[in-house]
This record gives sequence, structure tokens and C-alpha cells, in this order.
Amino acid sequence: MSGGVAIAVAAPASASASMDSTFIAVCSLADVPIAGARVIERPHHPDGNVALFRTAANRVFAVLDRCPHKGGPLSQGIVYGDRVACPLHNWSIELGSGSAVAPDVGCARTFPVNVERGIVFVALG
Amino acid sequence: MNARVPISRPKLVVVGNGMAGMRTVEELLKLAPDAYEITVFGSEPHPNYNRILLSPVLAGEQTIDEIILNPREWYAENGIALHAGRTITSIDRARRIVATADGTAAPYDRLLLATGSSPFILPIPGNDLPGVITYRDIADTETMIAAARAHRHAVVIGGGLLGLEAANGLKLRGMDVTVVHLMPWLMERQLDRTAAQMLQQSLEAKGLAFRLEAKTEALIKGESGRVASVRLASGETLAADLVVMAVGIRPNFALAKSAGLHCDRGIVVNDTLQTFDPRVYAIGECVAHRGLTYGLVAPLFEMAKVCANHLAGYGIGRYAGSQVSTKLKVTGVDLFSAGDFTGGTDTEEIVLADPAGGVYKKLVIRNDKLVGGVLYGDTADGAWYFKLVRDGRSIAEIRDRLMFGEANLGDTGHQGQSRALAMADDAEVCGCNGVCKGTIVKGIKEKGLFTLDDVRKHTKASSSCGSCTGLVEQLLMATAGGDYSAPAKLKPLCGCTDRNHQEVRDAIREGHLLSIPATMRFLEWRTENGCATCRPALNYYLISTWPKEALDDPQSRFINERAHANIQKDGTYSVIPRMWGGETNSSELRRIADVVDKYQIRTVKVTGGQRIDLLGVKKADLPAVWADLDMPSGHAYAKALRTVKTCVGSEWCRFGTQDSTTMGQDLERALWRMYAPHKVKLAVSGCPRNCAESGIKDVGVIGVDSGWEIYVAGNGGIKTEVAQFLVKVKTSEEVLEYSGAFLQLYREEGWYLERTVHYVARVGLDHVKRKVLDDADNRRALWERLQFTLDGEPDPWHDMAKARIDTRQFEALAIA
Repeated sequence: MSGGVAIAVAAPASASASMDSTFIAVCSLADVPIAGARVIERPHHPDGNVALFRTAANRVFAVLDRCPHKGGPLSQGIVYGDRVACPLHNWSIELGSGSAVAPDVGCARTFPVNVERGIVFVALG
Repeated sequence: MNARVPISRPKLVVVGNGMAGMRTVEELLKLAPDAYEITVFGSEPHPNYNRILLSPVLAGEQTIDEIILNPREWYAENGIALHAGRTITSIDRARRIVATADGTAAPYDRLLLATGSSPFILPIPGNDLPGVITYRDIADTETMIAAARAHRHAVVIGGGLLGLEAANGLKLRGMDVTVVHLMPWLMERQLDRTAAQMLQQSLEAKGLAFRLEAKTEALIKGESGRVASVRLASGETLAADLVVMAVGIRPNFALAKSAGLHCDRGIVVNDTLQTFDPRVYAIGECVAHRGLTYGLVAPLFEMAKVCANHLAGYGIGRYAGSQVSTKLKVTGVDLFSAGDFTGGTDTEEIVLADPAGGVYKKLVIRNDKLVGGVLYGDTADGAWYFKLVRDGRSIAEIRDRLMFGEANLGDTGHQGQSRALAMADDAEVCGCNGVCKGTIVKGIKEKGLFTLDDVRKHTKASSSCGSCTGLVEQLLMATAGGDYSAPAKLKPLCGCTDRNHQEVRDAIREGHLLSIPATMRFLEWRTENGCATCRPALNYYLISTWPKEALDDPQSRFINERAHANIQKDGTYSVIPRMWGGETNSSELRRIADVVDKYQIRTVKVTGGQRIDLLGVKKADLPAVWADLDMPSGHAYAKALRTVKTCVGSEWCRFGTQDSTTMGQDLERALWRMYAPHKVKLAVSGCPRNCAESGIKDVGVIGVDSGWEIYVAGNGGIKTEVAQFLVKVKTSEEVLEYSGAFLQLYREEGWYLERTVHYVARVGLDHVKRKVLDDADNRRALWERLQFTLDGEPDPWHDMAKARIDTRQFEALAIA
């Protein structure tokens, strides 16, 4: 097991060009399980951690790791299509928009993601 | 989202803006939202409304606005062109165009006819007088409400469901109402004579008058030109300022017939709801399917599902006819009937009659199956009986209790209530999600919910532990007239497929399918990679059917089985190490104590399964906690063998007859790491005092002086179910073999998330006995297959690689 998977490098100019906030490299794409997630830890951030998802179709999303329902850790849910099912009460969240799937109503914050040469960059804002 | 919509889509035209047509469109939009450009024509000037609830509107209990199912915005939001108040009068099938009388035309690629039915008008003199109406739509209802304001006497011709609801509504609006009925008793198509007479008495007590076996001869005009009276064949004349004809309905198929489509009492359709022109579908009250026409809503919904599937191009599913039930919507009168309630020479009846108490129940049984029934006065169990009729499962084992109703209603969480109608609006029905009765009823009415799943989705009631499911079904029955979901046997596994659990199990076995993608391809799953409902089920079916061949897919497991610990509400985990038969020692306890200190574990709790639960473990600490504990996984987080609870037995107990602790430990060592459709709990008691509570376990063993008794399919949770006696054996080897064989049978035949109690209820204890007791070779084969499966299974806590645990999950990504 590797001791530290974090790769803290400055974002390449091309990745941050279109965004206000800075893209930060968080890991390589291979570090995220297919149809799974990793947690980006933000120990002192008031909103808590961010979940980094990789779908079966190899799309990558970053969503606040807190279900709009009762705060469940979305990173621990089952990933299917472009959605995740919250492990606590089975709400489904659209990874692209962070919105709960009807009839449930709610929204989790999402963060821009960029994958370049196998490295995942997230703009945590 | 315009990008994914092709520029030119095929055109679907729906003729008929009622419940059948719009239900089909709703189902279609769910499956293939962009498949068609949809145009809807409806004769009535209203959007789609819930016709079943016209009676409560007439009775003044609801308003028209409250019964609208699809408001105009819904059509707009879904890009549907609605022509309300426009009747299609011709279909040109060669050019594929429909047209209205005023010349509005619409081309189609697919046409759906949902033209419904019309009330039958008696061919008698005066049937066209002002004040003579039928009871079918909003306009009729409004006419009746207006008439009740200005006039006094009403006659309703027809003592069926609709006629009685009309009569009741008019009475409540202050009119004097007489019901004229041709037959010897009311609602003869739904009720037997006894129930009908009880109904008549209670309606008479409400002030309604009846003329039975009475033929209407003519309607007589008064001085104002309006109808003034009704003359019967007996010569009697009844004063009538308003006459409502409710003598039956006729499918509307004139339009179809004029277009040359084959009709016979209705538009003839096949099992895919196609007419003789394959571009033209028909659905609802206007169709004749296998020679039958339907006038109730439940069959329409079943048709809609099938029809939408074919319109969407999936081509799965056939409509094979429906079972129907009836609930009279007259407040204060409880009446329910379903299926074949009259019976015949090949049926048996169980009858409970308490005329003084106003209760009458008749259940009709054929070949050990409930085929129909009538309930009067107490209809709380109607939903349950109707479910039994639809599921068609054997009731042989519950026959002696059948009349006393609901056996699947949970015991806890709703203050012991089992009669939803008797509950106050603010009484809590769902104790898990805090949903009260009023909220559920409001949801059913306002959102137009028709199935248990709808109610679960929209109100959350019954969506967690399911204990209150029976109560919710009762509310559905009372409010909407029934639970219109498909019978359990036929219910699709999830929204990704139309296949049910059994079909999926069978396909995996017969097709030797070894992976989730292969199964989804073979069974034509609609989604790319399933959902959180089907993937865990498929994963279980694969590994249980093809042990050592099919590879476990951890990403298709719920988090607890992926992290091998139990997620808690704050995102931490609980860890329960295995203690064989509930026995531990000082060294284990010392290690546990050390782990609690080292990892600052907040709560240490003794479980009901005789183990110790460590609560509040951070996910990152799990691997280290497991290693430090140096005890086997308790699988307390899995659909798998949990505990084998034991009493101390003959080694210590002065009453003990058998060494239950050793027996329990042997069972646990033989069965641990066993994944199953749901959690599995065992218990072994050393004497009939049964201190290990063997009577409420999936397998409960009780030692007696001469051997061991084995009980199966007990349950101590939501619904306390006493385990059923399976067999008595002599030796502990036999206990292992029989218990193991039963559990393997359950593993091979159970549906995912089905506890042993529900599995045995579904297949019958006799089936289990045939496979496990009567056939010794089969028993040994089952036991061997289970041992083969478990041989070499890793302990996930101590062989993470072999258990295919993705250890990346225990490490968070850090950012600088």
C-alpha cells in the first residue's frame, strides 16, 4: 500500500484558463475505482470533504460528500450511470448537477473537474 | 438538453385524454422520454383527471381541482400538444392521419386509441328529456350538483357501483333519491345476496329508497318540458326532477370500426395491445382483450405498462388479463369485493356472518388458492386478500387463520394499530420516517398515487423497514380503491428491466451467466450499468449460482459489504468481531479493550446476538482495528450468516439436556462467511425452555433428551414470526446437514432481500420438506454444494486481497 496518494502540484495553465478558481491535482485517474469514489479530505473546511467519483463510463465528477437529505457520505454509495445512491437512505443524486432525483428534492454542491494525461484536477473554489 | 433530441422524431397521436391514455404516455415518458413527438386529443375540455374520484366530488368531499391528475403544465413540460375539447372523428389509415369534425388533422407514425367507454342509454320513451343524464364525466357531475340545488326528487336507474355512488352523492346534496334496479339485489356483479342486503339496509338507513326487480318503462315529461316522473313496469310512478342512468357502459369503438379496425364488443387487441393494424395500439375500456372488456382502472394501468414498453421499442412484456377488485366509495359503508366471489362446484367457501354487528365476509378458495371474496362492514384486510388473489400463492398453510386477516402487517412502529381507517389523521403510520395518516391520504389524493411504490417514493411511508406496508395498502384501498401494483410474482426487479427476480435467477442458471454485464446484455437491461437496486441482487445471484466461477463485484455491493463494517448515521462505522456461539475469553476481551482505547472508540455495546459492537470507528482505522482485534469478521454488516446464539446448555445448566454451546459453535464454524439473500440468524437452545430464543430465528435448534428439533423461517424483527417445525434429528451431524441443506435451498431459490420467513411463505413449507426431508440424496447434494461454496472463502478482515477489498477506500486523498 502506498503511504500517500496525494499529488499536490500546481494546475497547468490550460486547465484553469476558463475557470475563476484554481484547479488542483488531487490524484491520478487510476487511483479512483471504476464505478466508485475517493474522498478528498478537507479537515478544517466548514463544508467538509469532497467526493470524487469515477463512473463505469469513465466520467469523473466531484461533489460535496454530504447528501442534501441527512448529510450521508455520498462517496460511500453505489455508483450507477451518472448517479450515486446515498448509503444512508438511498436518495439518488445526479453527479453532474448534484441534484436529487425526483421525487426527492435537494442539491449537493458540485465542483469542476478536469482530467489531463491521467491526472485528475478539481477546482475546489 | 436539446442536443440529444433528434430533429425529426416519429409522431405519436393519442386519441383519448383519460386515465388510460395518459397513464400510457406517462409510462412511455419514463422509458423513452424523447422517442416521440406526442399529440393528445380529448373530447372533454379538461386535462386528465381521476375519474374514480368523481363520486367524492359529487358527495362534496373533494373538488374538481383536487382530482386533476395531469394539469396543463404537465403537458407543456413534456412537450405534448394537447387538444382538449376536440373529438377525433376520422382515421385515415392509408395516409396515417386523424382528423376532427372541424378539420383539424394530425399525422401519425403510431396511433394510440384510448377512447374509453360511454354510458348505456336505456331505449325507453323520454330518454332524451332535459333532466335525464348519465354519470360518466365532469359535466355529468356538474349537472347533478346543479340539479340538486334546484330540484327535489332524483331517480337513479341502476343499482351497481356507479349508480349507488351517484345516489349517495345526490342524497348528501339534499335530494330525495330512489334507486331503481332490475336485478333481485344490488351490485349483483360484485356482491352475493347476503352482502347486498346488508348494504341495502345501511343505505336505507342513510335515507335512500330502493325498487328492486323493477323495470323502467318510460320517463314522463312535466309541464316545464323537463322530466317529471319515472313509470315502472309494475305501474308505479316515481316523482323525478332528475334521472341518472347508470345501467352499464359500452366501449367506444365506433371510430376504430369506421377506420376498418377489427372490433368485437371492443377494439380487438393482442397481448401487446396492438390492433389489427400494427401501427395502431388501443388501450383501456375501449378494447376487447381475449374476449374481455374492462371497466375498472387497475387493468388499464397494467395495459398501460405493457403498451408503453412496446411503443418505446423495447418489445418486452405481455398483457395477460387482470384480476379486478371493487371498493364502494360511499362514506360510512365499507364494502369490498374481488375476483370470483360467487364460486362454483369446484370451489370452497369460508364465511363469517355477523348480521347484528354489520359484518359479513366470504372468501372463495379453489385448489388451495384464494380466488375471490366479499367483505362487508370490515374491509381492512381487503388489500391483503386482493394481493393473495393476484399472487395466486397457496393458502393451504394459513387457511385456518385466513379469515382473521393480515398476517404480513408488522408488529411495531405504529402503536399496535392494524386498522388504518380507525386511525386519526395525525396518527403516525410509518414510525421510521414519521409519516402520519393524513399526509399519506393527502398524497394519494393530490398526487394521484395508485401503487405502493408511488406512495413510498412520494411520502416515504413504508419505504424503510416496511412494517407499516399493510397499513399503507389499506389507505390506498380506502382512498384510491386499491393498490394497483403488479402482483409480487410479476413485479420487475427494478426500473432497469421488466424481468422479475425469478426470471433473472433462472436466466443466470440456464444461460450459465457469470458476470453482471453479461447478465444485463443477455436480459436486455435498459440501463448501461444498472442501479443501486439491481446490481446488488445480480451480484448475489451470480456468486450464489456459480460459486468459484462468478467473480464477486464489490462495487455492486452496498457500502457495508464493501467496507466490511456497518455505516452509521455520522459516516463512521461499527465493528463486531465474531465470538463463536457467543463465547469469549479474557484474551479476546483484553484485545477489545485495547482497541477501544487505542482508536478512541466512543461506544461499546453488547448486541442481541451475544457479541460486542464497537461503534464510531473511523473508516481509515478499520484495517488496523481488524488486525489488532485479531478476531474473525462477525459479518454483522452483511446479507450473510450473522450469529448463532446459544444458551450455556448441559455443560453448566442444571436443566440442560444437550450441549447447545458446542452445537452452536459447530454450526457457526460450518456456516460462517455464507452470503445469502438476506441476513441469516441461528440459535441453539439446550432444552425446551429455549433460552436462546430459537423460535424466532431463520434456523432454530432446540435440544431435547432424545435429540434435536429443527425449526425454520422464524423472524424476530419487523414482524414477529414463530419458526415452523421442520424435523427432529438424533445427532449433531444431522443438525449440520439438515440446517445446511435448508439454508442452501434458500440461497439457491430465495429472491434477493427475501428473509427465510418470506421465502418459505412463498414456496411453502411442503416444498422445503420435499427437497430437504423426503429426498435424502438432494439433501446431501445441497449440503455438499454449500460446503463447496464455503470452502476456501476468505475472512475479509484478514485476507483483504482474496476478499477483493479495494483498500484505496480506507485512504483519503489529501490536498496541500
